[in-house]
Amino acid sequence: MHELSICQSIVDSVCEAVPEGEVLVVTLEIGKLSGVVPDAVRFCFDACTRGTRVEGARLDVVDVPGRGRCGSCERELDVNELVAQCPCGNPFLEILRGRELRIRSVEVN
Amino acid sequence: MCATCGCSGTIGGETVAAVAGEEGRDLLLQEDDEAIGHAQDQVHIDDQVRAHVHERPHPRAVKSKHAHLHKHAREHGHAHEHEHEHEHEHEHEHEHEHEHEHAHANEHEIDEQEHAHDHGPARAEGTAARTLQLEKEILGKNQLLAERNRGWLQGREIFAVNLMSSPGSGKTTLLERTIRDLAKQAPVSVIEGDQETRLDAERIRAAGARVVQINTGTGCHLDAQMLRRALNELAPAPGSLLFIENVGNLVCPALFDLGEGARVVIASTTEGEDKPLKYPHMFRAAELILLNKMDLLPHLSFDVTRFVAHVRLVNPAAKVVRVSATCGDGLPEWYAWLAERGASVRRTA
Repeated sequence: MHELSICQSIVDSVCEAVPEGEVLVVTLEIGKLSGVVPDAVRFCFDACTRGTRVEGARLDVVDVPGRGRCGSCERELDVNELVAQCPCGNPFLEILRGRELRIRSVEVN
Repeated sequence: MCATCGCSGTIGGETVAAVAGEEGRDLLLQEDDEAIGHAQDQVHIDDQVRAHVHERPHPRAVKSKHAHLHKHAREHGHAHEHEHEHEHEHEHEHEHEHEHEHAHANEHEIDEQEHAHDHGPARAEGTAARTLQLEKEILGKNQLLAERNRGWLQGREIFAVNLMSSPGSGKTTLLERTIRDLAKQAPVSVIEGDQETRLDAERIRAAGARVVQINTGTGCHLDAQMLRRALNELAPAPGSLLFIENVGNLVCPALFDLGEGARVVIASTTEGEDKPLKYPHMFRAAELILLNKMDLLPHLSFDVTRFVAHVRLVNPAAKVVRVSATCGDGLPEWYAWLAERGASVRRTA
């Protein structure tokens, strides 16, 4: 369950970036191809924030859809799984977008 | 890539786009319409210095105004202006979500000076709440520590191999055999990751290698900080071969760069041949895939051709080597790969 480590990193980063005040909202960007499940992050979030300034904050997750480029015909297309095939038959796509794991913003009081 | 100015970025450790430093070109690349804004100090590939200001009108009078400072290497003796439009999709953290289009008017004055600028965070109307745009990589700290480890290892010409597999694939047996066969030629040391016990470390020590055991407790993977501590304790010899036996798990270790020189996945014929499709992150991250327990093949229904085809779907560049850790089949090819990759790491050190 790597989401636990992910949550711990989020809490550490937010506490470092916001040295004082109460954190009301944490907004994440999680790519569809990142290997991280937003629901699992939500599940761990409350446990990881307990006793920190992030405790009680709302967690917003922005899904980032996947986008890939075919290595053969160079067409770009939407991909929401790592194993994806281009209509031209080439099974391997270079991932352009969708691996994001980012803290976009925090709202603080 | 930054949507505001088109500077290059990495996502999840994978470089997604690189913008060459063509004059005036980088502002026009707006492929990633997801991200808005970026860190205040931004270094461009072409290392020039620039500042720009964005204003975006907001339907609920929430006005966001921010500016960026960029460093650029090529010196310009002239000023130029850009205007461009692009679409953003983003959420605001104060009780409403929306999509909208807006135009950015970016005025760039490029000269040889750094520009001072203010960076006003968006404020929710009528409350004291402030929104801070962080744009921080969640795994950024691990990535930084991993790069330090990589530098530490390269500086000592140590070839570190991160071995990953599901439990029961024969990782430790393969390591024991590898140590017995290679330790005469060059020093081999091992960092063992397991949730509990020192059993594997004892097996490795008995095979003739120096070893440090990391027990992750509830943790399901090794991370760069754990490796750092283990490296301090182990102090592997310069020019040596270092194996990092990750926690038996085909999911979590794929996400955490340790700073290793190469990633190797060990699969075995007693597992399903669909493992690469089920765990694509892991198989995609590997440079070499060892298919172990080949000696058991006559007793199993495992289809090697199908397994290799599945690997190709996920990672066409990966090399697949068929081995048997108990009988020794295929091991010379594994050792040849270690020697060749180890030499290339030492050449680049």
